Amino acid sequence: MAAKGWKEIPIGGTITEAGNAKEVKTGSWRVMRPIHDKNKCTSCMLCWLYCPDQAILQTQGHMDGINYDYCKGCGLCSSVCPAKAIEMKAETEFLE
Amino acid sequence: MPITMKELALEFDKKNPGITQGHRLCPGCGAPITAKFVLMVAKHLGYDPLVGVATGCLEVSTTIYPYTAWSIPYIHNAFENISATVSGVETASRALKKWGKIPQDKRHAFIAFGGDGGTYDIGLQSLSGAVERGHNFLYVLYDNEGYMNTGNQRSGSTPPGAQTTTAPVGKVIPGKPQLKKNIVEIIAAHENVYAATVSLSDPVDFFNKVEKGLNFQGPAFLAAMSPCVRFWRVPESDTVKIARLAVESNYWPLYEVEKGVYRVTRKPKSFKPVEEFLKSQGRFRPLLSRPDADKIVGELQAYVDARWERLLALEEATKDKPIRK
Amino acid sequence: MVTVAEKMRAKQALTGAEAVAHAMRQIEPHVVAAYPITPQTPIVEYFAQFVADGLVKTEMIPVESEHSAMSAVVGAAASGARAMTATSANGLALMHEVVYITASMRLPVVMPVVNRALSGPINIHCDHSDSMAERDSGWIQLYAENNQEAYELTILAVRLAESEEVRLPVMVCLDGFILSHGVEPLEIYPDDQVKNFVGEVKPYYPLLDTSHPVTYGPIDLYDYYFEHKRQQIEGMKGAKRLFPAIAQEFEKAFGKRYDFVERYRTDDADCVIVALGSTNSTIKYAVDWMREEGQKVGLLKLWTFRPFPKEEIRKALDGKKAVVVLDRAASFGAEAPLYEAVKSSLYNAAHRPAMGSYIYGLGGRDIRPEDIRKAADDALKGELNADEQMYLGLRE
Ligand code: SF4
Ligand code: SF4
Repeated sequence: MAAKGWKEIPIGGTITEAGNAKEVKTGSWRVMRPIHDKNKCTSCMLCWLYCPDQAILQTQGHMDGINYDYCKGCGLCSSVCPAKAIEMKAETEFLE
Repeated sequence: MPITMKELALEFDKKNPGITQGHRLCPGCGAPITAKFVLMVAKHLGYDPLVGVATGCLEVSTTIYPYTAWSIPYIHNAFENISATVSGVETASRALKKWGKIPQDKRHAFIAFGGDGGTYDIGLQSLSGAVERGHNFLYVLYDNEGYMNTGNQRSGSTPPGAQTTTAPVGKVIPGKPQLKKNIVEIIAAHENVYAATVSLSDPVDFFNKVEKGLNFQGPAFLAAMSPCVRFWRVPESDTVKIARLAVESNYWPLYEVEKGVYRVTRKPKSFKPVEEFLKSQGRFRPLLSRPDADKIVGELQAYVDARWERLLALEEATKDKPIRK
Repeated sequence: MVTVAEKMRAKQALTGAEAVAHAMRQIEPHVVAAYPITPQTPIVEYFAQFVADGLVKTEMIPVESEHSAMSAVVGAAASGARAMTATSANGLALMHEVVYITASMRLPVVMPVVNRALSGPINIHCDHSDSMAERDSGWIQLYAENNQEAYELTILAVRLAESEEVRLPVMVCLDGFILSHGVEPLEIYPDDQVKNFVGEVKPYYPLLDTSHPVTYGPIDLYDYYFEHKRQQIEGMKGAKRLFPAIAQEFEKAFGKRYDFVERYRTDDADCVIVALGSTNSTIKYAVDWMREEGQKVGLLKLWTFRPFPKEEIRKALDGKKAVVVLDRAASFGAEAPLYEAVKSSLYNAAHRPAMGSYIYGLGGRDIRPEDIRKAADDALKGELNADEQMYLGLRE
């Protein structure tokens, strides 16, 4: 977002675009990358429940993988997964 | 019927709970999980939630201008006054209903979030005043046992011996000597209130208590065990594991007090030793390496045991005897 | 049964506190959050009785401190409600943090401030040290000379605060005990006329509108904080621009004319005294007394201290022989606040007058016409020293 002048922003410091933090892609923080194994996954949704960054993709209770735009790579999903269906790998492995 | 995770997963498939992605809390932080749990339940029950957040990690990391990670109405005022601020919002809604500016059947849920600094310490007066006045709001304490936003200073919630920068374990002094304040009982002593402990490790119990708190006519208070991976010196992936250990070691008993009536909501046959909880975290390492560690750990264990005995006795003594109508 | 409205129509004897409470009854804010403190207490007591008797629909929040009073008012005002509180001295000081926040959130709160000396040592009587400590908080500050003005300015303040160009909170300052507890005959206007004048509050991004969720109070760092402060400065400029129009509307509605300043016998005056608040009545008496003796003395009373009416002051004082500024507050290690500001407004005057600074009345010390004469006499004798702080009514 380009910085705006004082005449262009709402007064009082209010932010009127609800939830616009979605523009901030925190995925760039990631050091470890969670890799989801569809074959092991039972779609229990524990990872979805606990992900602090809402980076678990799902459709109607079916786990669809990881949203790397926001995933900070904390590994919480992997640690709570009862099926060991999420493996944490170093981001360096994915360097082009 | 208790709210299940499956239900929530179906409902919040594409719907945002109120807090979005793109916040700048640390990887693995417990605070946004706490906020998400509370807001999902509020929306699930048909409430329109509004939140107030005291100065702290959750506040600074979710609202770095010009970005906000809140998709619902949000207000931050200062550190010590979120309860007074939310009491103003709640009162405004009652007044504007009286004036016919807001529909009578509008079901707002007024939710205040505060860390332990903003709750046990600097915000206690404001919280006590708002509870005493009986405002219809839910206060959620995300307890990470210190001033973590400013880099791990001691609070009234820090346990004895935990390494902090203002009560460090030194050559002479073994860190903070005092036990945690019993915040739940301080709030419960207002009598007109629903107060409970919750832990991220027990989501069904957590959801249940959020529901009770929101539906309670008057003030409600939840103390959520919310580990700080950064300053508890634990791996980012272990937030829930540590919260579970807190419960399993009885460091963080799960119970509720409704108008003076105590109910313990989790009663296992046995508990793990508190030492196991302490050993799981780097913040206790300096303490545990002292020659007098056993004595200090023993004292904490004795306290935890005595507190449990007392809780059970209170449950027995207050059964079916609410102090207020 | 005589209705309250009928009882009010005629002139009646009221304390300043009761007069302000009646203004609040007529404004009928959605929310009032207040904590009692001498000498503001009777305002809250009268208003609580109005609420208890069902004369207003206002929801009252009987908070546990002034800090919470201002905090609750911030919550209510951000929600889209018209919200008020009132305080004095240490109460205002306790609010201080949130006083700044209210202005920076651009919440149009109106707050009567019953001026009282700030501790310590603790003192309950009048001076302006409390409101002067908030002069850079971003609030508009109006000062009342008497109970009628305290009542009227409270009503006028609502319109000023809520104007789109302004959106800033207003302190209506009235002298503790002298006005708050002193009984004066005054006119309370009919309820419907006051309600008509203040109109309905137009909320700006109300928090309670859950279909348009907004975030209030984000963390605002080096990339935008400055811009937001610049907007606040603009809001205060807006207040300066708009005040005459609102004053004119007020005059149309109630027949009383307000301005930034009141000139009292200044046109041909050689020496002009400048002051805030109730002391202006005593000065008027002293001016009349000196005029009877042929001395050309006048008074420039300020109704607005923030925004500071620099141009109006310059216009009134440029070319005068001498100007004497009376301050009811000190600024330790610097010139007294009103004096400093008046002196600075005359920097660009074509003919700068001689100037003298007199501090008086701290902690409720009486100021007598003789004291005022003493200052005016110094001026007329050409004995003013612009760099020297003088005191009235102080024992050496
Ligand atoms: S926790 Fe594991 S099994 Fe459950 S949905 Fe997530 S990946 Fe699948
Ligand atoms: S690694 Fe952390 S941020 Fe990434 S998906 Fe798993 S829980 Fe979410």
